[in-house]
Parts: sequence; structure tokens; C-alpha cells
Amino acid sequence: MSKTTETVRKTLARRYRAEKRFRAYGIASVSIGLLAVVLLFSDIISKGTSGFFETYVQLEVTYDSELLGINDPTDQEQLMFADFSAVIKQSLRQRFPDVEGRTEKRALYSLISNGASYSLRDHIKDNPHLIGTTATMWLLADDDVDVYSKANIATRSETARLSESQQAWISSLEQSGDIDRRFNASLFTHGDSREPELAGLWGAAVGSFFTMLVTVALAFPIGVAAAVYLEEFAPKNKITDFIEVNINNLAAVPSIIFGLLGLAVFIGFFGMPRSVPLVGGIVLTLMTLPTIIISARASIKSVPPSIREAALGLGASKMQVVLHHVLPLALPGMLTGAILGMAQALGETAPLLMIGMVAFIVDVPGGPVSPATVLPVQIYLWADSPETSFVALTSAAIMVLLGFLITMNTFAVILRKRLERRW
Amino acid sequence: MNLKATFVGMAPALALAVAVTSAPAVAASRSNVSIVGSSTVYPFATVVAERFGRSTGGATPKIESTGSGGGMKLFCAGVGTQHPDITNASRRMKKGEFESCQENGVKDITEVMLGYDGIVIANSTKAPQLALTRKDLFLALAKDVPNPDGSETLVANPYKTWKDVNPTLPATKIEVLGPPPTSGTRDAFNELAIEGGCKTFGWLKDMKSVDKNKYKAICRGVREDGHYIEAGENDNLIVQKLEGNPNALGVFGFSFLDQNRGKVQGSTVGGVVPTFDSIADGSYPVSRSLFFYVKNAHVGVIPGIEGYVKEFTSEKAWGDEGYLADKGLIPAPKKMRDEVAAQAKSLTPMTGKELH
Repeated sequence: MSKTTETVRKTLARRYRAEKRFRAYGIASVSIGLLAVVLLFSDIISKGTSGFFETYVQLEVTYDSELLGINDPTDQEQLMFADFSAVIKQSLRQRFPDVEGRTEKRALYSLISNGASYSLRDHIKDNPHLIGTTATMWLLADDDVDVYSKANIATRSETARLSESQQAWISSLEQSGDIDRRFNASLFTHGDSREPELAGLWGAAVGSFFTMLVTVALAFPIGVAAAVYLEEFAPKNKITDFIEVNINNLAAVPSIIFGLLGLAVFIGFFGMPRSVPLVGGIVLTLMTLPTIIISARASIKSVPPSIREAALGLGASKMQVVLHHVLPLALPGMLTGAILGMAQALGETAPLLMIGMVAFIVDVPGGPVSPATVLPVQIYLWADSPETSFVALTSAAIMVLLGFLITMNTFAVILRKRLERRW
Repeated sequence: MNLKATFVGMAPALALAVAVTSAPAVAASRSNVSIVGSSTVYPFATVVAERFGRSTGGATPKIESTGSGGGMKLFCAGVGTQHPDITNASRRMKKGEFESCQENGVKDITEVMLGYDGIVIANSTKAPQLALTRKDLFLALAKDVPNPDGSETLVANPYKTWKDVNPTLPATKIEVLGPPPTSGTRDAFNELAIEGGCKTFGWLKDMKSVDKNKYKAICRGVREDGHYIEAGENDNLIVQKLEGNPNALGVFGFSFLDQNRGKVQGSTVGGVVPTFDSIADGSYPVSRSLFFYVKNAHVGVIPGIEGYVKEFTSEKAWGDEGYLADKGLIPAPKKMRDEVAAQAKSLTPMTGKELH
């Protein structure tokens, strides 16, 4: 046996052990990462699932024209000012005829959300012939009732915000099957509200859409043009080196700085309005530009020089080489970079704080210059609201935002897999 | 080649870039009321805005929560549609802020006192309710406290448990979660609770007239050795942490206590439990007035300002049984409400003399 073999044999066991340990470190790191993800998701999902459902109460509603103050149901103005809450109060009194006294009655009326009268109004608007008739309707319950009815039956009376008589009324409704949980459609159709049972994400989603529209429209063309120029046309000298260093630095600048810039330049100097998607989109453009430029340059670089040379050899001009050959081949990589940049911009709140997009806005925005907020900001605002129901809504909103982000990232991956060319 | 299409696609983007430079035209009109200011008033202002928007069917006012100071800065920046119309404040406007408003052309400002807010010192319902005094709070939380031997000197706060501060309190570690110094709640807590306790020492109270700065530093300075924990502006987070740690106390606005009944309970201060009534009649000592300020020059230019103010000052909103009371606002006495509502209706401007 040679000396080398001897040494190898001696150290072999140790080297195997070292490798095992090395693998174990790797597995441990991966499991810590996975554990964090599982913890995050299980926390969000366990808190947020109930946010997708709302509690409804079934009542006999009589559309008494006298009580409503309507003599012509086709008159829009009469409908607008009709007192639908009086109708709801009357049906509650009929359901619980024993309730007496002002405080008790107030407590009874507070079981039903003040949004219920608006849905009755819309119902009558569509079916004016119902005036004067009686119908069984499912009415949206107040958020306190919602929390109470979703809570664990054994312990709920300890943490409830409801009085004992209110709890008794709910039990009676539950026993007769007049309480039901339904899908929370308002979450996807309404703007923000201070009543948790009426609050929705739609306003924020539309705001996010307009903001992203502005960002895509500005960031993608500017980013691609800059990358093409720097990669294909610019001479390699100190100035372009300086520009390159700066682009890389900009990618690492904290996003709040871009918000301050937006506040000073676009709102302060140009006098653009606060809280609008146009300004938000421009600020996020500045933030995502470096990401897009860097990824676009990388994908232009990956196009093999032989293609350029072949095109040049066949007599194509420099511009034809770029437009006809380099760009189409680099486009998948650029798009992936752009989508990842957009996903980053979609989840951003800090720069928007400075330009006033962190605001309570009820109306769904109609365009890039009407006041709006965005999805992550909506989450931030709900997380800060005192009502207990907003805890579930916050987690539900996080799930929706995560859904968007996962979709965008998956799309980027698929695009890359589909269109990628290997040389 | 379809790439030409891509370049054609860039044209609107370029047009947008051009539009950016001619943007002042965009700011020329605004159809919704713009409101900024205190995060304490925000929960109330938003409810009013929403009801106002829904009942009129018009544009709902937009409300930003910028903090009282930040709101004043934006409000006083000038007259014109790019500046806010109303600012909320969890304290009265300062003289300096009024002057800066005047300098920037914001001449006529209407002040509306909308009600009260109490600051509570709460703990988990799993722990016993504490009976505190402002003196206890000062001794437990101030940076420097009077020497325990009774001499008129100051020592760095030596107290570790509540029992050290006051023998009637339990022997649990002093651990108070509260807002950071940027918060209006913190300002009010320092001023009303800690300074209130500080004043119970005669020789410290006398210092106010001699050396005001030193007095402020002592009577409003909060210890930084880990017994007062800055828990961020999110009051919900404080409530959650209190649930997990029954030994800790938390400092936040009354509306959060009201919404989380069952999870947390308010400690008594000076023997008074923080309730609706005790804050309204002034017997609970840690309470403050809330305000909003209207820029008179914008009334009539931006639609909806008068309507919003009218809704806010109506009995169904800020009355004893109004919807703001359901959200935790503590209404002012009826007589005062009537006076303020009349002033708000006639848009009586402030003279600046009422401020200090």
C-alpha cells in the first residue's frame, strides 16, 4: 500500500463526516426558510379566512311606503332620501316585540349594519313594484355581531363587545336559523369604509391598476431604450462607466428616498396634485427603472455576438441589427425583468407615504388623476384601525395581494421558460 | 416587423412624459375635499367623510393621516387647490403655526373643537386591574426622579417594579408599551400624565417659573432604560402584545380600549376608571380636546367643505348618542357643542389671541 493510499484511507472517514455535516447545514437552512414561510402563511390564512365571509340576518321586511316617505317609486330623488333604516328598525321591533326603552331599542337596532339600508334602497330601485309588500330579506349584520357569531361559542361571551341582551337576541336568531354566513362580495366590489362589514379592496385594486399602468407605460420604454443605448451604441468611456455605476447604486437606494424626491419635484415644483396614481406611478417608475435597465442589459448581453456579426455581414445597418435581431431575442429576458420590477412596485408603500397616497378614500378612482390608494397601503390602513373585524380583513387583503404577486411571478417564470432561447 | 409596433407603443408614454411637464393644469381643479392631520382624529373624520359622501352621493372627502404637526405644516403652506382644506389636530394649534399660516396667506381659519379623547393605561384582562395615580406614573416612567430619601435632589430612575414605586401596587416589573415621540398621543401622555405627576412635588412645580427648560426636561422626560418600550404608532399591535404579556401595561387612546373591551382593561388614574362619562365630565385626568381647522378661503371654491363641517357638527354625528360616540369619541357638553357649531356655521375666523 502506497503512502498516498494510506493517507487517503485515514482521512476518508473524516471527509465523509464533513460532507454529511455540510449537507445537514444546507438542509437546516432550507428548513428554517420553509418553516418561516409556513408560519407566515398559516398565521395569515388562519386569521384571514373568516374575512372572506360576512354574517347576515334574516328579517321580514315590509316596504311601507308611508314609513319610507315614497309615493312614487320611480322618482330617483325620493328613493335617495327615503328612510330605509326606519323599515329595518320596524322589522327588528316586529322580530323582538318585547324590547322596550330607548337604550334597549338602540342596542337592538345596532345589530344590523348601517349599510343594509343602502342595499335595500338598491333593491327597491331595481324592483319598484315591491313597495307596499312584505318580503323575507337577508340583511348585513353589524361587525360586532359578525365577530361574535364567528367566535368560539364556548368563550365568546367573555370577549364580546355586545351586551347580554344583544347576545340573547343573537342566540334566538341563531336557533331559528336566521343567521347565516355568506361570501364577502363587498370585499371585491366596494371601496374603503370605516365599517368593517362594508369595507372593500376594489378602490385600492383600481388605484394599484392605474399606478401600475403609469409605471409600465413609463418604465418599460425608458428602461429598454436606456439599456439598448448603453449596451449597443454607447462608447465605453469614463462617462458611460460613471452612468453604469450610478444605475447600480440607484437600484440599492431605499425606496422612501424616491418618495421624498416625488414630493419635492412633482408635487412641490410641478404642482401636481397629492394622492393621485399619476404621481405614484412616476415615483415607482424612478424606483423600478434601475431594476429594468439592469435586467434588460443582462439579456441584451446574453444574445451571442455571432448573430450581430451575421446580420452585419449580410449588410444590415446597426439599427436594423438591434431592432430585427437583438431586441426580439432579448425581449423575454427584458419582460421577465420588467414583471419582477412591477411586482416589487406593486408591493411598495414607503414612497407613496410621502406623496399622500396613504389616505382614506371611499370612492373608487376613475382615472390616473383622481385620488387613490393602493393595495399594500390599504393593508397598512386596515392594520391600524381599532375595530376588531379589521384584523381578519387585513389578513384577507394580504392574501389577495400575495395572490397577485404570486400570479405575476409565476407569469414571469412561465414567460422565461417558454420564450427562452439557449445557444 | 412587430418591433415597430413596440416603438409606436412608446408614443403614448412619451406623450405622458410631456404631460408631466405641463402638470400644473391638472392641479387647477379639485372636486373632493382634502383633509390632513392627526391620526387620533382620523378614525372619527373618516366616519364623517364616509357618511357625508354616501348621503349626498357626491365625492367623498379624502383624508390623510399625517400627524397633528405634519398636518399643520401642509395646511399652512398656502391657499390654492394643491393645499389641503381642513387639518385635524389632537391638540390646539400653536401660536407659531398660526403665524406661519398668516405669513403664507392662510388668513382666515375656523377652529372647531370636536370632542375629547382619553389616554388610557391598560393591561390584559388576565391580570388584575391596577389603581394608579399620576404620581405613580411619573415615578415609574420619568428619566430622573426625586431622590427616594426625600431630599430635593434628582437621581436616575431607580425603580424596577411597581411595588418600588407605590407599596400598594403588585411586585411586577415596570413594563409600559407606548407610542414613540412623534405621536400626538405621546405628547399628550407626557404632558397630562407624567407632568401631572411631576407637579405633585412642590419643589419641581416651583421650578417651572425659575427654569422652564429644565422643568420641561425633568417633567416630560421618559426613561430610556427599557422600562418604557416604544411600540410604534400602531395601537392594535400594543393591544396584541398586552394580550400575550399580562404583566405589561400599554398606553393608547380610549377608542382602542373601547373597541377591545374583553381583551384589555384600563387602569384607574387617581381612582377614576376611564369610561365615557368620566372623560366627558373631566374627572378622568388624562384626557385632551380634539380639533379641526377649516381654511375659510377654500369654502365655496372646493365643493363640499360646508357640507362636511355641517355633518361633523350635527347632533347625529357628534351628539351624546351620535355615531361618533359609537366609534369612541367623547362628546363635548351640549352647550359647548351648540356654540362651536354656530361658530363653524358662520365660519368665524380665529384672531390668534386665543392661542398661546
